[in-house]
Amino acid sequence: MKICISSSGNSMESVMDPRFGRCEFFAIVDTETNETKIIDNAAAKSGGGAGIAAGQLLVDNDIEVLITGNVGPNANDVLKAAQIKIVRGKKVSLNDNVKMFQNKELEIIEETVPSHSGMK
Amino acid sequence: MKIAVLSGKGGTGKTTVSASLKSSIENCQYIDCDVEEPNGGIFLQPEISNVYPVMVKVPEIIKDKCTGCGECAKACQFNSMAVVKGNVLIFPELCHHCGACILACPEDAMIEVERQIGVVETNSDESFMHGKLNVGEPISIPIIAMLKDMVKDDGNVVIDCPPGSSCTVVESVEDCDFCILVTEPTPFGLHDLNIAVELVKKLGLSFGIVLNKASENSKIINEYCDDRNIDILMEIPFSRKIAEAYSKGILPIEADADLKKEFGEMFRKIEGKVLA
Repeated sequence: MKICISSSGNSMESVMDPRFGRCEFFAIVDTETNETKIIDNAAAKSGGGAGIAAGQLLVDNDIEVLITGNVGPNANDVLKAAQIKIVRGKKVSLNDNVKMFQNKELEIIEETVPSHSGMK
Repeated sequence: MKIAVLSGKGGTGKTTVSASLKSSIENCQYIDCDVEEPNGGIFLQPEISNVYPVMVKVPEIIKDKCTGCGECAKACQFNSMAVVKGNVLIFPELCHHCGACILACPEDAMIEVERQIGVVETNSDESFMHGKLNVGEPISIPIIAMLKDMVKDDGNVVIDCPPGSSCTVVESVEDCDFCILVTEPTPFGLHDLNIAVELVKKLGLSFGIVLNKASENSKIINEYCDDRNIDILMEIPFSRKIAEAYSKGILPIEADADLKKEFGEMFRKIEGKVLA
């Protein structure tokens, strides 16, 4: 299973970024092989529709689970269509978030936040 | 002659100045391009007799033809599409109506359909026009473009611009003969005035300044204008009488006859600058 985490930095010790569309990096963890990969979130600098583009990035990377803080309505539409499970992570390291997810300690996010909540 | 009234900072008096100017000169068309919150009508009290819908073209998928290849989403520069499991999701409110997705589709599986984003309203002789953007719509340019298309070629036109200095303002001031930059003597007023000055300079437009709410604090604006050789066309004093009239939807020129004369004089001054 491939898990994606929105991240504030480019290592697995970085803290999770609670913003989805406008976080700087995404970490992708393959739970079967334990491989990790950090990619730039090219969508973060979009004028608009960052959540949609970030959602597309996850779809293109065959992600099944997203660990993040909040998602907006448009990103939610994309992730739901792709049946990507969204869970609420904590502001701790990416490694700790993965562990917590595997121990089923993270809740599933059902509701969305308003548009542009992740704008700095 | 087409005169645009802009400010950078909101709430400095664009509508006060543009509606007063319109009311001080003969045979003048007034166009409210602040389509997110048009308020010139509150002062000018037009009788609206024509309502035109403003439509934009957005893409729609012909499902039988679509293979889910994703070329449309790749072509879109505004993230208005995503392709998930062979299905195209379209977010019409993010679409900028450029048609790139339709050109990019190798299967001819996309067509354009019309979507209404607001209206243009006018009185019977079109001496008053304003646009209204539907609540929640993010893109107002098509409404401003339609208003600009309806500008009369003969006679005088005053264009009340949106606040800020982004594309909506650029669209509003384009093709104008002169820009009036309204400001107030506050640090925020000065900061945003400077941005508006840079904008009109870049666009190569002639301009002058109206200093609204002029007071003992006016020095910061006066110094800025002196340093750059910018003309202050007129000053409107910071006055309780004007503010009270405004709160009742009455223009300062109706509360103060001298001001009306001053607006007429400012118009002639601008005319002299444009024709020179």
